Formats: sequence, structure tokens, C-alpha cells
Amino acid sequence: MVLAAFTWTEFAQQLAAGIREGAIYAGLALAIVIIYRSTRVINFAQGEMATFTTFIAWSLMNHGLSFWTAFPIVLAIAFAGGVAIERVVIRPVEGAPVVTVVIVTLGLALLLNGLMSVIWGGANRQFHGPFSTRTIDVAGVPISVQDIGIVAVSVGLVGLLALFFRFTKLGLALRAAAVNPESSRLVGIRVGWMLALGWGIAAVLGAVAGMMIAPVVFLDPNMMQTILLYAFAAAVLGGLDSPIGAVVGGILLGVTITLLGRYVGFIGSTLKLPAALMLILVLLLVRPGGLFGRVAVRRV
Amino acid sequence: MSVLELHNVEARYGPVKALHGVSLQVGDGELVAVLGANGAGKTTTLRAISGTVRRSGDIVFAGKKLPRRPESTARAGIAHVPEGRGTFSELSVWDNLRLGAYTRRGRIKQETQRVFEFFPQLEGRRDQQAGTLSGGEQQMLALSRAMMARPRLLLLDEPSLGLAPIVVKVIFEALERMKSADGMSVLVVEQNANLALAHAARAYVLEVGNVVVEGTSDELRANESVRRSYLGY
Repeated sequence: MVLAAFTWTEFAQQLAAGIREGAIYAGLALAIVIIYRSTRVINFAQGEMATFTTFIAWSLMNHGLSFWTAFPIVLAIAFAGGVAIERVVIRPVEGAPVVTVVIVTLGLALLLNGLMSVIWGGANRQFHGPFSTRTIDVAGVPISVQDIGIVAVSVGLVGLLALFFRFTKLGLALRAAAVNPESSRLVGIRVGWMLALGWGIAAVLGAVAGMMIAPVVFLDPNMMQTILLYAFAAAVLGGLDSPIGAVVGGILLGVTITLLGRYVGFIGSTLKLPAALMLILVLLLVRPGGLFGRVAVRRV
Repeated sequence: MSVLELHNVEARYGPVKALHGVSLQVGDGELVAVLGANGAGKTTTLRAISGTVRRSGDIVFAGKKLPRRPESTARAGIAHVPEGRGTFSELSVWDNLRLGAYTRRGRIKQETQRVFEFFPQLEGRRDQQAGTLSGGEQQMLALSRAMMARPRLLLLDEPSLGLAPIVVKVIFEALERMKSADGMSVLVVEQNANLALAHAARAYVLEVGNVVVEGTSDELRANESVRRSYLGY
């Protein structure tokens, strides 16, 4: 192995960059897990949904709105869009074989991708984020404000969601509908609506991830495709069924691939993805349920 | 006055008809038992009422036509403890109780205090995952979950199944006390006919999806064929 030259300052910067990458993966992975838990569907359109809403943000800002004015509007649109997609596209195939549903979400991804090209064109667009790219000094290490902002927004959103799921009646109903729809109906929960709400929340998570990453990369219809792969990997790493796992998996993955890409010479930026997938493969051989995949304990 | 009336209710699982026109009544504050062998349609009768199986025929609940969807029957005031107990095994005891009160508005402290009074051991296991409880505790939790909604009618499917006699006794005593405190009606399905008749005012006997005998518990105990087939003496 060829190790690159090492300084602690640079290591800390790479770590910060890794956490920033990871925060994006974590948000998207959490969206995947929320939908998977409630509908057992892997949503392949998650990336395109996120990019689509980011384009809406771009248009709003192009019409003179500031980022933070556009932000809540986009989240509302994303939520409504997620709910509508579940009602219109997913509902009719509810209970169909998994392959059918997977094809439907793939079709949805293609449809959204095509729509984006038609509406906004295929060219790369510059997306002006809310955070400055200048660096500030954190304990002697220069770290960009943008990285800190991205992590803060992502972590804040995840924290809010955790509180919502844990402490509110609606959050509890969402969890109940995901783990046991039959019993949920018996206590009066409208399970169909809970599934739709889950899609809405996932779309919001995607929208935030999109608006956070767009200033770092360029905005184009395929912006989220590689990121979605990492997010899938993060979700599987965490155990697909575990929201905490998705977040931890995302951060771990972001840090690991950033450090691997920087310090292990032959990996570089081209082999980052395969290297990450190799690691996950090895981990799954040891722990088939993923890091946080929980086997439900049951006594009769 | 009856709180629940079934008129010629039929239900089927795919092509298989499970209920061939069942009619029965449950009076206000009454505990009624449904007896019968395996496959007689006892469980299906409860499921037809709560809406967890498709049915035809009229069901009148508290003077109104009963809706057909389970979330709507729950909102109308029917709590169903189904076969397999219907608890949320992955959630905590506390969350199960919160979910039981899902249709209620406002604070639920009074309700939780009450079920902890009846089943003190649940209070110590508040934060434990429901799936890790013992069978008896799970049945207590199932009944508690149903009581959290303060239902007008409770549907109970085989509450004694697989439980030690002492636990069964605790559960039925709690049930009787909750029933008289709330003026709630109960429709209970039981394999254990002796147990059911000891607590019920009246009972129906089902055979292959039809009501074949009905009467007060005393009448059923005096009935020769019921005694031989279901009571075993």
C-alpha cells in the first residue's frame, strides 16, 4: 500500500469533509429506510425526487428569492409531492410482487429525470448555497463554513425527525403503521395515510440533501445518481430497517471513503466507490443484518 | 337494549365461505361468549364485526349501521383483541398503551393509571419491548391496550389461549372489574367453554359458520349436546 504524506491538520480537514459527505448520504439513506420500513419498497426514484426539488429551489432563487425563503417553500412542495407520488403511483401497486414495485420506482426515476431535462435542460447549473466557502479556524484547523453548515442542517433535521417519531402521537402512529399495519388499523390508525406521510417525509429529507449538496457539485438531472448509490450502501450498512443505522452508516461511509481516497494511494478518487462496496460486502458477511439491523425478539 | 346486532352476516376467505349468515346480539353491559370447535367461525365472527375480514349482511352498533373498515370500527368504539393478541411486539409497553388510546383526545394519564392498577407488573416493564414479555404479560398488555380506548364494546379472541390457569384467573377478574366500571359490553370467543360460561351471561354455539345453539349460560350448561361436545362431562 502506498500511503500519502500525513499531517494532523490535513487529516482533520479530510475528516470534516468526510463527515459532510456522510451527512448527505445519511439524509438520503434515512429517506430510503423510512420508505422501506413502512412499505418494504426500495425507492429507486429517491435521488431523482431530490434533484427535482432542488431544481425547483433553483428556479425560485432564479426568480429572486433568497435561499432561506425558498427553503421552506421547497420543503412544503417536496412533502406534498412525496404524498402525491405515494397516492397516485405507489398505491395502485401496493401488495403487488416486489419486482413490480421496484420497476415502478425505476420508471418514476426515469420519468422525473426526463421531466427535469425537458423543463430545465440537461446542462450543469451553478447552485448558490446559503453558506460561504471561506474557511474558519476550528481548534487550529481551517474548515469551510459550508461544510459546517451542511452538517448542521442535516444533523438538525435528523434530530427533529427523531424527536417527532419518538414523542408525538403522529410519529408513534407512523412507527406503528410501519411495524404492524394490521394492529394499527385496530387502534384506529389510517394506515394508508401513514404510508403516504412516510413518502412525504422521505421527499423532504431528499430535498434537504439535494439543496445542501448542489452548491458543492453542479446541479444537473443526474446529480444524485452516484450519491444515491452511496446512500443505498449506507442504508444497507446500517441495516435497512434501522433509522439510526442509516444515519450512522451514512457518516461512517462518508468518512471511510474520503480517508481511503486521500490516504491509500492506489484507491484515489476513482476506486472510492468499489472500495466502499467491498468493505460493506465484508461487513455483511460478518453481520448479515448490517450494523444496526435488529432481529425482533419475540416470545410466545 | 342491545349495543350490537348481527343480522345474517356472511364472510368468506377467497372462495371459502366461513360464515353462513350469523345473527346474534350483545346487550348493553353484557358479557356474551361464542363457543365452538376449531374452524366453526368464532374468530371470523369477531373479524367480521371489527372489519378485518370482508363481510356482507347488516351489523348495527349503538343504533347505527357499523362501518366496514377496521380503523372506522375502532373509531366507532369497538376494541378488538385479535387472535395473536395484536400488540406491537417491536414497540415498548408504554407505546403500546399510547397506541391503544389513539382515538382518544387529550391526556391519557387516568387510563394508564387504571391499567397499571389492574396489572402492576406492566408498570415495571413500561419501557420494555412488548415482544419480550411473557405470554401472560402479553395478554395483559393486549387487554390493557384495548381498555385504553375506553371502548363501548370489547371483542376478545381466546384470551386464555396458552396461559397458566392462575394468569387466566387474573385476566378474567380484571376484565369483569373493567367491564362493570365502564358499563362496557364484551363479546368473547373461547375454546375453554367452562371458563367462558362461568363469566358470560349468555352464549352462542357455532358450527361450520352457523349459530346452532343460543341461550343463557345456565341453559347451555343444561343442554345435553352442548355439555357432551363442549363442556366434556
